[in-house]
Amino acid sequence: MSRRRTAALPTPVALLFLLPAAVLFGVFVLYPMATALTYSLFSWRGTAQEAFVGLDNFVALFTTEPYRTELPRAFGHNALLFAGAMAAQNSVGLLLAVLLHQRERFRRLFQVLFTMPYLVSPLVVGYLWSLLLSPLFGPVNALLRAVGLDAVAQPWLGDPDTALWVVVLVTAWQWVGFPLLVYGAALGALDPSTQEAAMLDGAGAAQRFRHVTLPLLTPVIGTVSVLTFIFSMEAFPIPYALGGSSGSPAGATDVMSLLFYRTAFHSGASNAIGVSSAVAIVLFLVIVGVSVAFTRWFRGVERRLT
Amino acid sequence: MSGTTRRGGAVRRAGVHVVLWGYAAVALLPLLVMVWNSFRTDQELVSEPLGLPVAPSFDAYREAWVEASFSTYFLNSVLVTTASVLLSTAVSLLAAYALARSRSRLMTVIEQVFVSGLMMPVFLMIVPIFYLLDMIGLASTRTGLILVYAAVSIPFSVFVLATFLRQLPDELEDAARIDGAGPLRTFWSVLLPLVRPAVATVVVFRFVPIWNDFFYPLILVRDRERYTLPVGLTTFFGEYQTSWSTLFAGLVIATLPLVVLFLVATRQIVAGLTAGMGR
Repeated sequence: MSRRRTAALPTPVALLFLLPAAVLFGVFVLYPMATALTYSLFSWRGTAQEAFVGLDNFVALFTTEPYRTELPRAFGHNALLFAGAMAAQNSVGLLLAVLLHQRERFRRLFQVLFTMPYLVSPLVVGYLWSLLLSPLFGPVNALLRAVGLDAVAQPWLGDPDTALWVVVLVTAWQWVGFPLLVYGAALGALDPSTQEAAMLDGAGAAQRFRHVTLPLLTPVIGTVSVLTFIFSMEAFPIPYALGGSSGSPAGATDVMSLLFYRTAFHSGASNAIGVSSAVAIVLFLVIVGVSVAFTRWFRGVERRLT
Repeated sequence: MSGTTRRGGAVRRAGVHVVLWGYAAVALLPLLVMVWNSFRTDQELVSEPLGLPVAPSFDAYREAWVEASFSTYFLNSVLVTTASVLLSTAVSLLAAYALARSRSRLMTVIEQVFVSGLMMPVFLMIVPIFYLLDMIGLASTRTGLILVYAAVSIPFSVFVLATFLRQLPDELEDAARIDGAGPLRTFWSVLLPLVRPAVATVVVFRFVPIWNDFFYPLILVRDRERYTLPVGLTTFFGEYQTSWSTLFAGLVIATLPLVVLFLVATRQIVAGLTAGMGR
């Protein structure tokens, strides 16, 4: 498709049009990003930058308390959030998307209903569940007692053993609406003739899903998985609403973003900026590294499936 | 044989219905409980945790709106979100026009810089932004928050708008130029009416995350008078711990504008799309 570019703007005029966005972006995005990269390489006394210390802040992060304990623990919790969201979206999410795709009636209605939690603010979702799970008046425990499961009713967010699972489940409950929408759109874009051809060849519903639909959906599943990973690693509002900035009880719901927030703004340590910038860089490198590696690996999976 | 398949089909259909309605309940019930508990009193919530609002009470809303300063948070959120979305859409539209209609190599590079911002590490940037605002005298102000939100919205907005503008044919602009219209005039009278659907998309898709955002104001705004709704919610949950129905009302207030936006925006987006097609 060759397009005539007769309407091209002269470069000086184009630059003039670009100026407002470039200034705003340069001052509030590029400049902070560039300076942030250097923050972790210096020692700080409060807000004053002191000496260049190389990788000392990173060494401190991995060898001194409380970071030595809190960093791997928080990271493990983020990984669990990812695992929970992936499990939900590729079982319940995929199943619902396929079921909806096979029917015309009420498809839109169900899509909207299923996506509702995703449309509500994550902070509101977190606080809502903290109320629903309250040991004093929480409808969840009341419901369990009403159906005779008194033994199961408990202070969900007060017990370190259950609190983390609450965060995982609430996060998955909210997030699953997004993959569901994307899978639905991808299924809608598939060529129906492939299904018909498989059906004529005598393939059953399960076989058609495994050998026709799934391979065609694989690229979308891969893309959504990367987005789910980034989302899980940066999770902040839901853990904050359910466990506060310290990840209570006893750090059971701590995640990377909370660790960063505490270190930067509530630790009181004189080198707070140096160490917290190191936390942010580690998190960023993990996100970029894993996303790139995952995308490469997934292309291989795609090839094997098709 | 055909009888069993038919029965199997019926069982299967019933199963599908159970799954669909079952998950609809899982997704929706917590949100419904949020709404109807906001119309009940604390005493009702304790004595009957699973009850419905028999005699709806609006006390919780009055309490949240007046006593718990939700009116202030709400106005701040409306102001900050609207201003930052307008600002970012305006500057992004000008930039996208330049990027889509220029043949210079320099523009390709600039576009890549903008779009690379889609992957920006917010945790990494927040401390420098905090000091930057302090340095230019905008610490803990709504203006500072607006400028930051507008700036971080640019990558997404430029990306969507430039993609859309490239799909528009050049002929109308050619005609305008032959008629003697300058670039600004062409942009204003010819392109602006055509890009309305893309603008609607950008506005909706930036409004929602900014309205919901909690991270930037939590760190950048220290003054309670300037809190937006999400940060307001956190202090509110600390102070009104025992007034549960008020807490439910606060959550509903924070969610309501998004519901309204979806209702209004669907119409606007559809109208914009059909208007674009009619021309």
